[in-house]
Amino acid sequence: MSAGTTKIAVTVTDIVPLNDLVTRFRFERTDGGLLPTFSGGAHTVVEMKDGGKTRLNPYSLMSDPSDQTAYTISVRRDDAGRGGSLFMHRNVTVGDEMVISYPVNLFALDLRAHKHLMIAGGIGITPFMAQIKQLVATDGRFELHYACRNQALGTYADDLTAAHTTKVHVYFDDDKQAIDLENLLDGQPLGTHLYVCGPKGMINWVRKTAEDLGWPDEAVHYEEFLAPQSGKPFKVRLAKSNLEFEVGEHQSLLEAIEAAGVDAPYLCRGGACGQCETDVIEADGEILHRDHWLEDDEKRSGRKIMPCVSRLEGRIIVLDR
Amino acid sequence: MSTFEFPPSIISRPVYGTLAPRRGKHHLMIADAEGAEALLELAGKDAALMPRAHIIYVSGDVENPFVEKLRNIAPLHLYVGPSYNAAVPRLRRMLQDAHMGLQVYLAGTEGLMGQAMLEATSAGIPHTAIQTEHRGSVARRMQCVHCKGITENVITDPFTCSHCGLHLFVRDHYSRRIAAYQGVCVDAEDPGNVPPAVRLYS
Ligand code: FES
Repeated sequence: MSAGTTKIAVTVTDIVPLNDLVTRFRFERTDGGLLPTFSGGAHTVVEMKDGGKTRLNPYSLMSDPSDQTAYTISVRRDDAGRGGSLFMHRNVTVGDEMVISYPVNLFALDLRAHKHLMIAGGIGITPFMAQIKQLVATDGRFELHYACRNQALGTYADDLTAAHTTKVHVYFDDDKQAIDLENLLDGQPLGTHLYVCGPKGMINWVRKTAEDLGWPDEAVHYEEFLAPQSGKPFKVRLAKSNLEFEVGEHQSLLEAIEAAGVDAPYLCRGGACGQCETDVIEADGEILHRDHWLEDDEKRSGRKIMPCVSRLEGRIIVLDR
Repeated sequence: MSTFEFPPSIISRPVYGTLAPRRGKHHLMIADAEGAEALLELAGKDAALMPRAHIIYVSGDVENPFVEKLRNIAPLHLYVGPSYNAAVPRLRRMLQDAHMGLQVYLAGTEGLMGQAMLEATSAGIPHTAIQTEHRGSVARRMQCVHCKGITENVITDPFTCSHCGLHLFVRDHYSRRIAAYQGVCVDAEDPGNVPPAVRLYS
């Protein structure tokens, strides 16, 4: 069993609405013990018992990685999403008992870096909150450029600027402020590592600009959790488990497999970690690959699928599971 | 041509490629002896690199015909020096002032590429992002694992450590941190029983 599927029973001890969209939740161990330490950039998968459904959503840990008494996450309400964030906002109250996974880090700092340059967009600020605490404690050199819609929605922008005046730069879209990315990247000393977390467009823009300027891939880190998307229902057959069932319109393939009682591997549930990779035996239809994990030729081959985010458009898919 | 195909070996042994033009505003090229050929070919692949290129060339001797050819490909700067050590202060200074996006190209002997690689990685460039192309001599820079002394230009196996005098076996075990292969005493079990020295890769 991998770390990310080991569970911890926690109690919600604090809920703080930060603005119209974002609310912070604090978890402490229900048994009163200490939580594992983690490294900045790690996430936890939160289990939500929503009626008959279990939702599992990954959230970046934003508390101090060395603080073992509590974890905090910040959840942005997504009214058009599949319901996980709405459940957190509407149904969770202080005192609730919940289950979260051990922390897993798919967005770790590269500690060989001479300097850490961070670029955040919107709620993408959360992993950097923990990374900055880690860097402050270890005397690491960092600089954060944070783009958000406006002052009111600039989650933690004030706290960050107050604490790190010379290192944090905030940009408000509504005021037409934008990161001067090319100049910013161009002026970085050798040994700088670049980290970006935010909407897809921002990640692509930062990666592309860095590549055009000759930055090595090894020095460019990004994290984007893809939320599984809804789609037409289709059938799945698990060859090893000898089961056949349907994947609903708003269900991911992974969720359907779990609902059928099969313990399938996962870590990020967002197409990034590679843990859920599954062999496809046969597919009657087209696989809609949505992950960041498989190589293009693997996607084209039709022999692999990442069930956490990808699905079939067609009749039936047969998996080696 | 001064190329040599090294046989496959243990994972520790560096492998070299063929220099290819990369994107970026600044290009640092370091070569010795026949390594110049690889730079000339690189310029042939993309002449647009050269107005943004700084070449550090260790010529070995002043009569070296490559110097003129390197001048003809018109790099932004061309430094020609007698030895790698003489070029080190300049190299360090350049890396200290350089920004991310700098592309590093190394060509020539293993000893030169290894040492220049060490400077570049210490400056913060990931080693996998540095291009290399072997040209010329297959002689190696060896470290004696016993006395830690470095012997340059080792061309036979075994060889005699230039510091402690032990007879050392040439291994493919390489240290990126020291930029040298590891030489181990060949007659430790049976002192004096030293196999005849054979030229490397002959
Ligand atoms: S669970 Fe991470 S890629 Fe699917």
